[in-house]
Amino acid sequence: MTRFTLNPLNQRRWQNFKRNRRGYVSLWIFTILFVITLLAEVVANDKPLLLWYDGAPYFPTLVTYPETTFGGEFELEMDYRQDYARELIEPEGWMLWPPIRYSYDTINYARMAPAIPSLDNWLGTDDQGRDVLARVIYGFRISVLFGLALTLFSTVIGVIVGAVQGFYGGKIDLFGQRFIEIWSGMPNLYLLIILSSFVEPGFWWLLGIMLLFQWMTLVDVVRAEFLRGRNLEYVRAAKALGMGNVRLMFHHILPNAMIATVTFMPFILTGAITTLTSLDFLGFGLPAGSPSLGELIAQGKNNLQAPWLGITAFLVMSVMLTLLVFIGEACRDALDPRKYYFN
Amino acid sequence: MDKPLLAINDLRIRFAQGEGQVEAVKGVSFTVNAGETVGLVGESGSGKSITALSILQLLPGNARFSGTIEFNGEALLAFSQAQMRQIRGHKISMIFQEPMTALNPLHTVEKQIGEVLAIHLGLERSAATAKTLELLELVGIHDAHNRLKAYPHELSGGQRQRVMIAMALACEPTLLIADEPTTALDVTVQRQILNLLTQLQDTLGMAILFISHDLNLIRHITDRICVMKDGEVVEHGPTGEVFKAPQHPYTIDLLNAEPTGQPKSLTDNPPVLMNAERIKVWFPVKKGFFRRTVGHVKAVTDLSLAICQGETLGIVGESGSGKTTLGMALLKLQNSEGEIHFLNQRIDTLNQKQFRPLRREMQIVFQDPFGSLSPRMTIADIVGEGLDIHKLAGSGSREQQIISALSDVGLDPQCRHRYPHEFSGGQRQRIAIARALVLRPRLIVLDEPTSALDRTVQSQIIDLLRSLQQKYNLSYIFISHDLAVVKAMSHRIIVMQGGQIVEQGATRNVFTEPRQAYTRELINAAFEAGHSG
Repeated sequence: MTRFTLNPLNQRRWQNFKRNRRGYVSLWIFTILFVITLLAEVVANDKPLLLWYDGAPYFPTLVTYPETTFGGEFELEMDYRQDYARELIEPEGWMLWPPIRYSYDTINYARMAPAIPSLDNWLGTDDQGRDVLARVIYGFRISVLFGLALTLFSTVIGVIVGAVQGFYGGKIDLFGQRFIEIWSGMPNLYLLIILSSFVEPGFWWLLGIMLLFQWMTLVDVVRAEFLRGRNLEYVRAAKALGMGNVRLMFHHILPNAMIATVTFMPFILTGAITTLTSLDFLGFGLPAGSPSLGELIAQGKNNLQAPWLGITAFLVMSVMLTLLVFIGEACRDALDPRKYYFN
Repeated sequence: MDKPLLAINDLRIRFAQGEGQVEAVKGVSFTVNAGETVGLVGESGSGKSITALSILQLLPGNARFSGTIEFNGEALLAFSQAQMRQIRGHKISMIFQEPMTALNPLHTVEKQIGEVLAIHLGLERSAATAKTLELLELVGIHDAHNRLKAYPHELSGGQRQRVMIAMALACEPTLLIADEPTTALDVTVQRQILNLLTQLQDTLGMAILFISHDLNLIRHITDRICVMKDGEVVEHGPTGEVFKAPQHPYTIDLLNAEPTGQPKSLTDNPPVLMNAERIKVWFPVKKGFFRRTVGHVKAVTDLSLAICQGETLGIVGESGSGKTTLGMALLKLQNSEGEIHFLNQRIDTLNQKQFRPLRREMQIVFQDPFGSLSPRMTIADIVGEGLDIHKLAGSGSREQQIISALSDVGLDPQCRHRYPHEFSGGQRQRIAIARALVLRPRLIVLDEPTSALDRTVQSQIIDLLRSLQQKYNLSYIFISHDLAVVKAMSHRIIVMQGGQIVEQGATRNVFTEPRQAYTRELINAAFEAGHSG
């Protein structure tokens, strides 16, 4: 049904977005980084991607092979990083390794932890002997995915609640607003800390808890747009045509509200990432051992003798947030109807 | 003659738009002498307002100029913003079209006028108040002392425009730019404001640059006239000469653009289509902590009307007379009391869901052709939307119905994949009519359908509406404040004031022998200011 051509309005917005060179370049850099980290298992892993043994291919990243497969002694999973594995496999075949031979939880026993950057561990290891670069790659991915998921869900909820309040107005709006005022008065950080003592908060738990408070960000904006939008003449014209309320709301008024929403979204994303990082830093975030930037910052604080930890965490965070803020600014420019560029 | 007060020479203004540029003003030259009134006339898009705004450097940042604007021998275009601030409001003032938006709603009259006095003349508070009072009396605001503390929303449209004029005159400018100062006002008030401006000019001796789309309106108050079209001055000269012997065909068009003709008379005894009795729309005024209803704004009170098939019922009245509210109530877009019968079925008791299937029988066309079309939909989607809602179209016939509706309103069906912003005001109004027409309704409420359009386009739309009425035997409820248009459209007329019918009857009778004083006043104001009187 929908033809995939941008209407002239969106074409102009895309042009405006591209005119903001900083935002456009940021978008590209961020996309490349994000794609690389999405493929983290292929980039940083402690198992070879492809293994050729005795005339047959093996895929250790996908399938768990016991040592006995390669002529070892035990029924345990093969540890491919050991010299023992190389001695078993290399006479009969070869191994294709990812560029970084560590996963986020691989411990490098060969060196004293925390170890300074070397050819083996490009960014050194943390105080438990895990490769910092691998952890940063996985941590970047989890931060961005968490941020995106939180942004997506809170936008969907916020838009729906704002739309209903603004469109129907009256009592619904009144009670909705009072509820939001009370709800937003809850100290959500403490609530998170209390809740995390009941449950071990995993990715989805954290997302759910934070969503309880995050959805309100957009309600006011969308509500205001709907209050305005329901009196627009083309909305009344559509009503006169006999259009139902739901279609009126989402077909005619929502596109107006989307400008404000889309302008807000990049900033919700950066906010969500920062919140996750600070929770991890405090130790109330993702479960222990998961790769997170907040935990890396905490390690940097605890191991001042190993500055590569703190510096890495700082650089990764600032580059990520800077890119996102630049992209957000370009989005804002793109949607600004008064923004013109003169050649 | 001395040097002119304002001399514009070969002014060109370009705007950046997307990749390209649009030249809005193409080499305009004219002069205004001290104490003289010059009219700048043209239809929308002719560049007249842009020219005026450029004098005060009030254009958005994407505008680029060339040419010269000399004021008192100084080149204004070369002035910095700081220098311009000395000119604006002090030497040159401006009155805008819409007094509600041009006044700050959060400041009292005293503060708004006092601000100008403080900035340019450095007056103390008490001195400013005294001067403000004097100004308000000058522009004819009664009871000026009590009005000092009033906020803009407490004033009527005419009073607001007077306050605007008082603000503009505060520093006794040598040039006043009036950008359509009466367009947003009712006809009776229009007259008063025009008279006020001429009278003030006599006392203060300033020059006025009067911008208007209506050539006839400014006939009596201007000394010279420049007619603009598409960014160029096509004709200029002393007012009398231009009116007596217009040279350019466009000027002749403008002069003859008054809507004329009348609707085709009805066949005998057409059946009644809609019948409304004792319609009442009162908006409660609530006060206090418990929101008790302390009174009502009576928009429409006990109003009854009937409309026959194929008939046009004109509803006229000034702003605030409740005519739009009445139209909305008849279509159940506004809650009301009273009985409404449509096609022998009582509809006021139906809820919105039960009523929805009937909506295709009664459609509405709004005033603002820019606001009533969704900017994000193509013309085909806008026109076809009603078909989708009422499931009137099979897959093949939808396109066909859209095409025939568009050709009915005189648009090229090829344009249906474009978006509203690519069309002019008149074309957009045609699209809005096509949207209503595609459902084959019996009744269309036309809420000021021509008021936002230029005179020449108005006549075309009126011709179109009349021919569609004949073709499909449509009934119209034609709501307008513009008597000339209503006269050309309606079989019968209702004159409304304060939510009630003042007078009703056949169009011809009402216009030739108005029985009520209010109707007479309306007709006089409209046809003296509008027509060559």
